[in-house]
Amino acid sequence: MNSLYAARRRRNIITKALSLVATLFGLGWLVLILGTLLYEGFSGLSLRVFTEMTPPPGAAGGLLNPIIGSLILTVLAVLIGTPIGILAGTYMAEYGRHEKLTSVVRFINDILLSAPSIVVGLFIYEVMVYPMGHFSGISGAVALSVIVIPVVVRTTEDMLMLVPDTLREAGASIGLPRSLMIMRIAYRAARAGMITGVLLAIARISGETAPLLFTTLNNQFWSTNLNAPMASLPVVIFQFALSPYKDWQELAWTGALIITMTVLALSITARALSASRKQS
Amino acid sequence: MVDMALPSGSIRSEAASRSRALERLRLSDQTFYYLTRAAAMFVLVLLGGVIISLIIGAWPAFSQFGFGFLVSERWNPVTENFGALSPIYGTLVTSLIAMLIAVPVGLMIAMFLTEMCPMWLRRPIGTAIELLAGIPSIIYGIWGLFIFAPFLQDTLQPFLIGLFGNVPLLSAMFAGPPYGIGVLTAGLILAIMVLPFITSISRDVFEAVPPVLKEAAYGVGCTTWEVVRYVVLPYTRVGVIGGVMLGLGRALGETMAVTFVIGNAHKISASIIAPGTTISATIANEFTEAVGDLYTSSLIALGLILFVITFIVLSIARYMLLRLERRIG
Repeated sequence: MNSLYAARRRRNIITKALSLVATLFGLGWLVLILGTLLYEGFSGLSLRVFTEMTPPPGAAGGLLNPIIGSLILTVLAVLIGTPIGILAGTYMAEYGRHEKLTSVVRFINDILLSAPSIVVGLFIYEVMVYPMGHFSGISGAVALSVIVIPVVVRTTEDMLMLVPDTLREAGASIGLPRSLMIMRIAYRAARAGMITGVLLAIARISGETAPLLFTTLNNQFWSTNLNAPMASLPVVIFQFALSPYKDWQELAWTGALIITMTVLALSITARALSASRKQS
Repeated sequence: MVDMALPSGSIRSEAASRSRALERLRLSDQTFYYLTRAAAMFVLVLLGGVIISLIIGAWPAFSQFGFGFLVSERWNPVTENFGALSPIYGTLVTSLIAMLIAVPVGLMIAMFLTEMCPMWLRRPIGTAIELLAGIPSIIYGIWGLFIFAPFLQDTLQPFLIGLFGNVPLLSAMFAGPPYGIGVLTAGLILAIMVLPFITSISRDVFEAVPPVLKEAAYGVGCTTWEVVRYVVLPYTRVGVIGGVMLGLGRALGETMAVTFVIGNAHKISASIIAPGTTISATIANEFTEAVGDLYTSSLIALGLILFVITFIVLSIARYMLLRLERRIG
């Protein structure tokens, strides 16, 4: 009896220790990756990075055109994707809550949410780049918006579901049409959560590389022409990191640091937003 | 007459303007309804569009090679002879390595977070693990190429080669020079990437176990491990499988991190430290350089195969998670 007790105790201690080790292991990667990024990227971080174009190999330069390109692509993708996502989420939570259509859309949306992003790139290549005959900035923005939509649909639906029905009934009782009730009351009550969703979507697309590889391609030069290939930070990192040139590799690290910091700042803000909503 | 007509006229115009306003509201209400419905339908159209466009794009390759495309190992752009077997093999093996590591570790972390961790530490640790999930895959790629692969080349790979060099079967698995990059490296990077997904879903489903069940087990003297093993895991099994499948979906479709470290070699070798390729890495590496319709079409066919595989895996994941949700809710 005693030995059984000791054996159970021993097994418990071993698994507890293992799970502690596992946690440290998981956190260790985060520290390691962020540490290397800071170490490798910080030295290259200077004003020049934000004011000069990407250089030819062997020359000094910055990341101005890919940074601007990424900003343009991200803003456009959000402008295209967010309205569609919010409207679809609104239908699912407000009008068709018990409809078959809603559960089908939810299922499909969840699939799109985790579908491989390179497939999205192929899709946009087939429907936009190939018919147009050339790579273009706008096709990259559309590809990114395909990634934005499912994120926004999901958070909008979830957040609107949390709005208490009494609020909706109060709106209806003073004679508000349903659309106005949704826009003036439900959206306002769910605002923090919906903004969180958009922030998460931005965080998601700002590092996306695969869908841009064969839509926007890349551009060595300054270009804001949406109808032409455009530079973007992730693609430039991809190209520079795999190049044999030392200065290009250093710029890739700096770019990687910029992207990671942006993404982390966005997701921490999103988290803080949703946390403050829960407390109030 | 004049002062009689005036008020009645204004009443009439007021009534008219009110009905006009109501009409306008009704119209905008209807418009809004149809707009939202159209947007919801658009999500379905999107998925349909992805599938149809991939099938159309892949058609030339499938009609040229037929079923042989799936089982052929050839990949020769010069003679335009393509087969998908080695990318499919690489995708499956890298994902398998990733899951073998990430599933046990992820479950252990979830157990730590729900049963052992002091309350004030739970949120920060949980957030930190989820931040790992937010780091873009290209960052894992560049980190893997410059830091992780050289590290493996110097330490783990020579160690494995030395350790299993004389063991039959295993020696073939670890045969060849330590390149650093290769199937094993890609699998390990994928493990780090899917770990946060598996952890956060397992934690969420572990937390959904009714406290009464756990308290009852603790009450009769179960140890923490026994509670997790005999109460929490059986109760959440469906959800955990769902989470694992979701992680698997990520691993199968992951592109950039793998592209950096896999080596892009179109061959199937028994050794897991040899360079290989995956579906997504092949597409990312070769698509813009592909000349000729058949080459492009073969790459799109690879994309279609990848999409079908992940679609099945993700559907199983969602179905499992839905089943758990229904039971709890």
